Amino acid sequence: MSKGRFGVHGGQYIPEMLMNAVIELEEAYNHYKQDPQFQAELTELLNDYAGRPSRLYFAQRMTEQLGGAKIYLKREDLNHTGAHKINNVLGQALLAKKMGKTRLIAETGAGQHGVATATAAALMGMECVVYMGEEDTRRQALNVYKMRLLGARVVPVTSGTATLKDAVNEAMGEWARRSDDTHYCLGSVMGPHPFPTIVRDFQAVISREIKEQILQAEGRLPDAVLACVGGGSNAIGAFYHFIEDESVRLIGCEAAGRGVDTLDTAATITTGRLGIFHGMKSYFCQDDHGQIAPVYSISAGLDYPGVGPEHAWLHDTGRGEYVAVTDEEAVGAFEYLSRTEGIIPAIESAHAVAYAMKLAPQMEKNQIMVVNLSGRGDKDCVSVARYRGEEIGE
Amino acid sequence: MNRIKCAFAKGKALIPFVVCGDPDLGTTEQVVLAMAEAGADLIELGIPFSDPTAEGPAIQAASQRALQKGVTADDIFAMVERLRKKVSVPVVLSTYANVVFSYGTDRFLARAAQAGVDGLILSDVPLEEKEEFSAPCRANGLEFISAVSPASRGRVEQIVGEAEGFVYCASALDTTRAWEQVAAEVKALTHEVQCANAHIPCAVAFGPAAPEQAGVLAALCDGFIADTAVVELVERYGKDAVPYVREYIRQMKAALAGEK
Repeated sequence: MSKGRFGVHGGQYIPEMLMNAVIELEEAYNHYKQDPQFQAELTELLNDYAGRPSRLYFAQRMTEQLGGAKIYLKREDLNHTGAHKINNVLGQALLAKKMGKTRLIAETGAGQHGVATATAAALMGMECVVYMGEEDTRRQALNVYKMRLLGARVVPVTSGTATLKDAVNEAMGEWARRSDDTHYCLGSVMGPHPFPTIVRDFQAVISREIKEQILQAEGRLPDAVLACVGGGSNAIGAFYHFIEDESVRLIGCEAAGRGVDTLDTAATITTGRLGIFHGMKSYFCQDDHGQIAPVYSISAGLDYPGVGPEHAWLHDTGRGEYVAVTDEEAVGAFEYLSRTEGIIPAIESAHAVAYAMKLAPQMEKNQIMVVNLSGRGDKDCVSVARYRGEEIGE
Repeated sequence: MNRIKCAFAKGKALIPFVVCGDPDLGTTEQVVLAMAEAGADLIELGIPFSDPTAEGPAIQAASQRALQKGVTADDIFAMVERLRKKVSVPVVLSTYANVVFSYGTDRFLARAAQAGVDGLILSDVPLEEKEEFSAPCRANGLEFISAVSPASRGRVEQIVGEAEGFVYCASALDTTRAWEQVAAEVKALTHEVQCANAHIPCAVAFGPAAPEQAGVLAALCDGFIADTAVVELVERYGKDAVPYVREYIRQMKAALAGEK
């Protein structure tokens, strides 16, 4: 079995012409992750530039209203650029710089990862090109503008379904053509090895902080950690340091779209089956012939037909629980959290909030749950308003 | 001698690629027959995949059209079975790992062998992942074809050392590059392949090559893979593509043989 396996999942299913690029990346990463100087520089960037550590906030009103477990929100939405994506991007951009690359390329769905990559490129004086499905450039026009403002070039992708998976296709193709000066800053825990491991390591800061913060606040570990899962980077970041702590339930919330019994869904673990795509073996939404299925969710960031290989493995072993949350439930949670705690969550994160609203009342009052609030929801106001039948200008 | 070896036994081999089911499978069947009659030495049949990440726009678009027609691997096996009654030209299937894996790798390869397929190319399976597919290929009497590219520095010796059938030399993905640069890269790459294993034939693919350029590239190795030209002719002429494809194959055969 090849490198980068999580059970049967993972691996390096990519064209030969990309192999040297991933090998070069793996060697560089293995070197720099041991390098105290690299780690010190990254910590400084995360703290002074991105605003870490992010707060662990006790959601008192939500806890009282739901009448069950104590609910804490991990405030990744308060990071610079408004989401957890910056954790990974600063790590990869610093790594790319050390490798002598002068150019960053990235795919983006909702635009958060693209904005984060454009931000890191601006900070480090690197050229930046972001591939984004044309459909998503319309849904997330504000983020397109932000990326351009930050000096990046945004390439609308019209092939296939013109969404996230097609943006990944284009970015991989560009990396194959031009890996000499270019680093592909992949935005989630997916793709060929070493990406699922690199991105997980850079996002694991989330669970490291949660653990310290909850021990300080409550003197014990939480009973459950919840996060939304598209590719799964914020979830693996929130889960990672709890995997060994078997008393902590790890719950990933997938996007059911209009429902898991419809074709308009992106709930990969719930409705997909084992396959090979985008460099990895994992679960994918696909038809009977192995053709990758078009997926749908109100959330552009969860609108992806696959899931990271480590999540597939956590599912196989039963260590992780994966549930599906519909558009309707997510929009409800988006509105609920805004009214109840004065926090507008990203529609992606609202999927985790929605499941927390179901689960908390079933738990005891002395139990604790942590919900990873992966991003903030400014970018989603237009589409949620539209979902409710209201047209607003941006 | 197996059929793939035979393809390289009569001078420089011409290996055209076609996406099955574009514009429909009946046309593909006629195109393949015409190519065989016109002198194609080995035929690469593409099973369309929804996300052909390693391919350029022409093949992406052809794959989409074929999938919209609903073509499946089973339809393609049945077509190969029909073709086998008429022609002995070697046939390799070319697709992506998930098409084979989803069908059931063993079941897929047994069915391919039964239909008369000679080999398999998977664009997203490099050396590191090859065993999962090459072992069941061997068990079913098919050859698993490996690729090298100008980006394979340091890897050619091992890839070619383990290669079966023939070596697929991919040229630059960036087809806008200057011809002189492409030719120089191909020369260096094919030389490395031949040094690593003098016994395995190698053929080079370069989409935009004109016939005389294909002749120059083929002279460096054992054959030329026309990876986009036939796909583009089919895109342009649809169901009426057969005579145009036949003429293209004739011209290319002549160019590879060094004739005007």
